[in-house]
Amino acid sequence: MSVIFLLLIVSITVAALFLAAFIWNVKNGQYDDEAAAPLRMLFDDTAPAEKQTKDINNNPPSKSL
Amino acid sequence: MKVTAQPVAQCYHCGEDCTADQITYNNQSFCCQGCKTVYQILSKSDLCQYYQLNNNPGSAQRITVRKDKFSFLTDEKIQQQLISFKDDEQTHVTFYLPQIHCSSCLWLLEHLHKLNADIISSRVDFGKKEIDLVFNHQNTSLRSVAELLTSIGYEPYISLQNLQKAKPVIERSLIYQLGIAGFCFANIMLMSFPEYLGLDDAEKNLQQLFRYANMALALPVLLYCSLPFYTSAWGSLTHRYLNIDAPIALAILMTFGRSAYEVLSNTGSGYFDSMSGIVFFMLAGRALQEKTYRQLSFERDYAAYFPIAVTVLKNNQTIETALPDLKAGDTIIIHHGELIPADGLLTRGEAMIDYSFVTGESLPVVKEMGELLYAGGKQTGGVLELLVMKEVAQSYLTKLWNNTDKQTTQSYSFINAISRYFTWIVFGIAAVAALYWSFYDSSKAWNVVTTILIVACPCALLLSNTFTNGHVLRIFSRNKLYLRNAQVIEELATANHLVFDKTGTLTSSEKQDIAFTGKYLTDEEITCIAALAAQSNHPLSKELVKWLNRKEYFSVSNFNELPGKGIRGIIDQHIIAIGSDEFVTGEKINTHTGSVLYISIDGDTKGYFSIRNHYRPALLAQIKRLQKQYNISVLSGDNEYERKTLQLAIGKKAGLFFGQQPHDKLNYIQLQQKKGDRVVMIGDGLNDAGALKQSNAGIAITAGTNNFTPASDAILEADQLQNLPAFLKLAKANKKIILASFIFSILYNIIGLTFAVQGVLSPLIAAILMPASSISIILFTYAATVLYARLIRLK
Repeated sequence: MSVIFLLLIVSITVAALFLAAFIWNVKNGQYDDEAAAPLRMLFDDTAPAEKQTKDINNNPPSKSL
Repeated sequence: MKVTAQPVAQCYHCGEDCTADQITYNNQSFCCQGCKTVYQILSKSDLCQYYQLNNNPGSAQRITVRKDKFSFLTDEKIQQQLISFKDDEQTHVTFYLPQIHCSSCLWLLEHLHKLNADIISSRVDFGKKEIDLVFNHQNTSLRSVAELLTSIGYEPYISLQNLQKAKPVIERSLIYQLGIAGFCFANIMLMSFPEYLGLDDAEKNLQQLFRYANMALALPVLLYCSLPFYTSAWGSLTHRYLNIDAPIALAILMTFGRSAYEVLSNTGSGYFDSMSGIVFFMLAGRALQEKTYRQLSFERDYAAYFPIAVTVLKNNQTIETALPDLKAGDTIIIHHGELIPADGLLTRGEAMIDYSFVTGESLPVVKEMGELLYAGGKQTGGVLELLVMKEVAQSYLTKLWNNTDKQTTQSYSFINAISRYFTWIVFGIAAVAALYWSFYDSSKAWNVVTTILIVACPCALLLSNTFTNGHVLRIFSRNKLYLRNAQVIEELATANHLVFDKTGTLTSSEKQDIAFTGKYLTDEEITCIAALAAQSNHPLSKELVKWLNRKEYFSVSNFNELPGKGIRGIIDQHIIAIGSDEFVTGEKINTHTGSVLYISIDGDTKGYFSIRNHYRPALLAQIKRLQKQYNISVLSGDNEYERKTLQLAIGKKAGLFFGQQPHDKLNYIQLQQKKGDRVVMIGDGLNDAGALKQSNAGIAITAGTNNFTPASDAILEADQLQNLPAFLKLAKANKKIILASFIFSILYNIIGLTFAVQGVLSPLIAAILMPASSISIILFTYAATVLYARLIRLK
């Protein structure tokens, strides 16, 4: 019987993780621009070591001026 | 002496024909200096992959951007409005780049750091045509970033709107609610199955666990996912009417209350699965219906057209001034291609004003010194000086825009009308049942009342409504009609009066009808005329070149242009002049209305080309047919010259009104509405803006969704105008499909209820039927809309 308790907890936890991932994605704006993402991944990056900061993937911080 | 006739090559940068002066650089041909310069910049920085991803990815650079155009970006106040974030090192800014159109653009714009190392990151939002830039402001400035973008052919579009409005926050709560409802619904279904399939007595403690887990999972649905229904229901109650969300909110609360009671008192398992399922489906329908078109804006006002700053001349010094700070009495300088931001008197320069933003008329108007120029026109000639007469907000057009407060004749949606009656009937039945059972068996009264309220919940109505609307909106958008929201479908369906603008709507602003009247012209003479006309940037000459369509060009010597009058030059040893009657023949002989280009060769007047707006022929025939069902009016700012031809083309019953000023159009629509008509206005340009706003449904016509359209309820691409009757038909069918699927679902409920009352239906079957009935309604609405759209030949 106790195995069902375990199963229940595991299954809901896994589902909750997917839900959290989904909400995180939406919040990060991954679904905002559906046109650019499929194009962007096709570009060859011939450039040597590109300068990038963490800000590239995150939304710009909210207006603070 | 015949000069070289060159074959036409395509510009390596923008793909346009290299006509007059072809430039060759690095074995590539370019149509103009601008395109070549962009190529030089890119090849220097090793960014030529831009040209390999797509052929001719650039946009034409023939019109050079004024050197100081972005000097206003050094103004601290303007800067603060534009940038979204700034710290000690970095500045974040978002620019709108209307030129973005292909993967090359994306690639180049995301490699900006190769051109300027101080640009830390650049990210393109393709749908919105925006670029998010992060740059180090200690080494570079906002102005130089904007100028860098301009130098590679992506000039940022910065308008007055950037100054006025805070950026809208993207509303994502519906998506979160939908995701959480889906999660809860699926898990509740999973944990309800043991109950339906039957459990051994030995496993009763498990049953308890499942029931409490279901209740826990239903809580987020009740408290978070159902919020839109509560707020909408509460909103309607405070306005003293019942909308469809009121009974639904009641049913959700009722179902949860009863289910919680059953679980806590250990008398049953409740209906958590039905509750969360129905909330999930209803939210899905809402999400479908409220799909927004990201690249479009229905809220644009004049601010989106107007520049953010203008050059003011003070004590012989030019000062860039933010537009709201402009005062009457200031002298402003308008350069070529700039918009006149405020009504003013022309004090210096040759004005050739293109009012196409305002009137839809694509041919520019010549204005003399001392004349009043209205805001909204675009200067196509040289530099002008203007004495501002009225502030921006007080100018004729902007005032018209701000003054229109649409008298919203409280239009209840028919869905809300149905649900109102429906709710009272359900309440009546519940009250009668409660009364009946309180006499016979008062312990059952509570059960019966809750059951009635749960079963009679108009969820099916809301489902069929939102899903049908969603499908219709989708079909419309596939046919390039974009509606602001679902309410517009109903406005289109109930309309009985169609009002059209003439210029730019009935006529095409891209195509002109050109005809030559006069003496016979040899082929060579025509080629010479084309060569001369190609030298000028005047819109009429451009139209003429396009229409003459010559594949080769002679070179022109002694070219000379008198702005607003005409052009003259020597080609193949002939002196050719093109222009107004006065310019070419020396006397005023023109009795013609519309635009006319006189031609003379070696002093011999050959005749004239008349250029008139081209009617969309398919549309006129459609309008004639629509007369059986609708009142038709045409409002035009032009004179009566074309009344006869137009009346003949669209039928006798149509009302034609000429010489209509923007406020006349607005008043006309108001008048019709007072008579009880429901008006659909179809127009383009700022002069229709007031009318578009006032009408029950305003459809703005645009040549491409890249272009700006005035605030309206719908945006339609011009080449789809002939589909208007089909659109109206589909909008009408929308209501019928909703009603049919509603009746369908009521039958479902009645059949299910009778079985349930008799006790024939097993709980398992019931649990499967509940989502199945919702899904079948969804499928029915889909099939019905798609089939009907096919029937009336929409995509």
